[in-house]
Amino acid sequence: MIEERKSFIAWLQAGPMMLVFIAFFLLPLVFVVIVSAWDYNEYEMLPAFSFRGYTDTFEGCIAQLPDLCTILKTYAKTVKLCFLTWAITLTIGFTIAYFLAFHVRSKTWQIVLSLLCTIPFWTSNVIRMIAWVPLLGRNGLVNQGLIDMGLIKVPMEWLLFSEFSVVLAFVHLFTFFMVVPIFNSMIRIDPKLVEAAYDAGATGFQTLVNIIIPLAKPGIVIGSIFVITIVMGDFVTIGVMGGQQIASAGKIIETRLNALQFPAAAANAVILLGITIVIISALTRLVDIRKEL
Amino acid sequence: MISKATLELVNVTKQFGTTTAVDGIDLKIPAGSYCCLLGPSGCGKTSTLRMIAGHEAVTSGDILVGAANVTDLPPAGRNTAMMFQSYALFPHLSVLDNVAFALKMRGVEKAERHAEARKLLSLVDMQAYEQRLPAQLSGGQQQRVALARALITKPQILLLDEPLSALDPFLRLRMRAELKRLQRELGITFIHVTHGQDEAMALADIVVLMNAGKIEQQGSPREIFNHPKTEFVAKFIGGHAVIRVGDETLAIRNDRLILNAPSAGVTGSFVAGTITEIEYQGTFIRVAIAGEGGTDLAAELSEFDFDQKGYAVGDRVLVTWNSANAHVLGNPSFATVSTAGAA
Repeated sequence: MIEERKSFIAWLQAGPMMLVFIAFFLLPLVFVVIVSAWDYNEYEMLPAFSFRGYTDTFEGCIAQLPDLCTILKTYAKTVKLCFLTWAITLTIGFTIAYFLAFHVRSKTWQIVLSLLCTIPFWTSNVIRMIAWVPLLGRNGLVNQGLIDMGLIKVPMEWLLFSEFSVVLAFVHLFTFFMVVPIFNSMIRIDPKLVEAAYDAGATGFQTLVNIIIPLAKPGIVIGSIFVITIVMGDFVTIGVMGGQQIASAGKIIETRLNALQFPAAAANAVILLGITIVIISALTRLVDIRKEL
Repeated sequence: MISKATLELVNVTKQFGTTTAVDGIDLKIPAGSYCCLLGPSGCGKTSTLRMIAGHEAVTSGDILVGAANVTDLPPAGRNTAMMFQSYALFPHLSVLDNVAFALKMRGVEKAERHAEARKLLSLVDMQAYEQRLPAQLSGGQQQRVALARALITKPQILLLDEPLSALDPFLRLRMRAELKRLQRELGITFIHVTHGQDEAMALADIVVLMNAGKIEQQGSPREIFNHPKTEFVAKFIGGHAVIRVGDETLAIRNDRLILNAPSAGVTGSFVAGTITEIEYQGTFIRVAIAGEGGTDLAAELSEFDFDQKGYAVGDRVLVTWNSANAHVLGNPSFATVSTAGAA
């Protein structure tokens, strides 16, 4: 009786979150998958089963192989940008989290410094992106500075509206999403474990690889999921920082939506979802394997 | 297989900021002995252990293991190994990998280090659990694993930081016996930090009793119990009445106190008082006495002695002692006469 009551109360407590989850995540997702398999013409979608959304997307791609068609190139580019952003945010995020968790001794300073990291979030995404423009532009601060110092003669064009600036903005925007979960799992690591490793003769690097990274793994995976899912679906940052010149998976969906080709947009969304799931599951597998070594 | 070395501390001091945790202690522990660092919390015993281990820098002084001065060496270069208070087992590694960890750090091949780890696991009778994770073990099992992990580097000195404090009383007694057996079999030095005097008495060849960063007294448990040098020692080790007579402070074992009826003719010093409590303890009977002038005593009488006189709560008694059983204590720190509780 009591057991039943307890489980009923547990369901009751989890219920609101579950309803929100179903109503605003699962249902829309199901709709997207359904719509992706509908037919459409130039101005409306037709509720009839069809794979046009998928086949149109990859039109001519098979014929072009081994050369990549535009769509495949776009996906490849998205994955590349995502990988670069992930690698850089992970490196920086892990370092900051490590510093906060292991080098800052007092709880107060840990909290103060963590809050410091959130200051950029006081302004909007777009403002933080646009702030890079006067810095990186052809006549921007960086170029002017380097010219004045006599290091370069002509301004560097690749600083802005390039893959460089896109990745830079991503890193700037999303590193904190790495810091928080990694820091969170790191402060759970008992400092005695680090001492025990030192006692066993482990060097700092060995302790990092054998103790800290495996134990910070949950944080690393959660942070990676945040960054990868955001970057894979992004079209705003790539649009602004790429000078609307760089295509991305998110951009494809946006374009189709603007053309009111909902089934095609939905199909691309499903493809993007698939790729993201593959990347993340590969990532968790990779981290799991490391543990076995 | 394991070599032996004496441990020597020479004028070792540890300061944290302005507070002195360990104040210029000298200590020599012969090879192969079981030494207990005993004292109340904050007495500097843990700091001393951590300095020996190399986890705390020495402010001044030297630490020698055998002929080598290890003061500035890292923990792994000192021929010592430490067993941590809450064991500090690596939660993500199996029992086998935990034990083999130090060898892995030295670059020993997997097969070889696992074989060596299995040997140590069988030493502590844990070979059946080698694939478990630490969280799947009981407290006593975790401790065995921690022991095996510390011993895999074949240390000359094993440092144990309150190793029994996390165990329940029953398990504590069992592990206590096991520690002693291991130490005897391995023949290496164990240095064991504890605040429990019963633990120290049961285990140690040498008890080092510390107070306020200094060594109050060191020696065998019997020496310390029978010849406490200071009031602090007599009180901390327990089982003693501390009585002030004239300018002297005396320590007398509770079981050496003699109770007399008020009418009895008493020569020499005595403490007069009233019995406030009688506790039957099995092997002895504890008689609590509120002495005049605030001296509280707890005499331990044999059943035979007690029955002969038949005391009851509220009786007035005169407490005396055989002067051969009274030890004069140095530096009496308090003017009032008081006594330690029962052991």
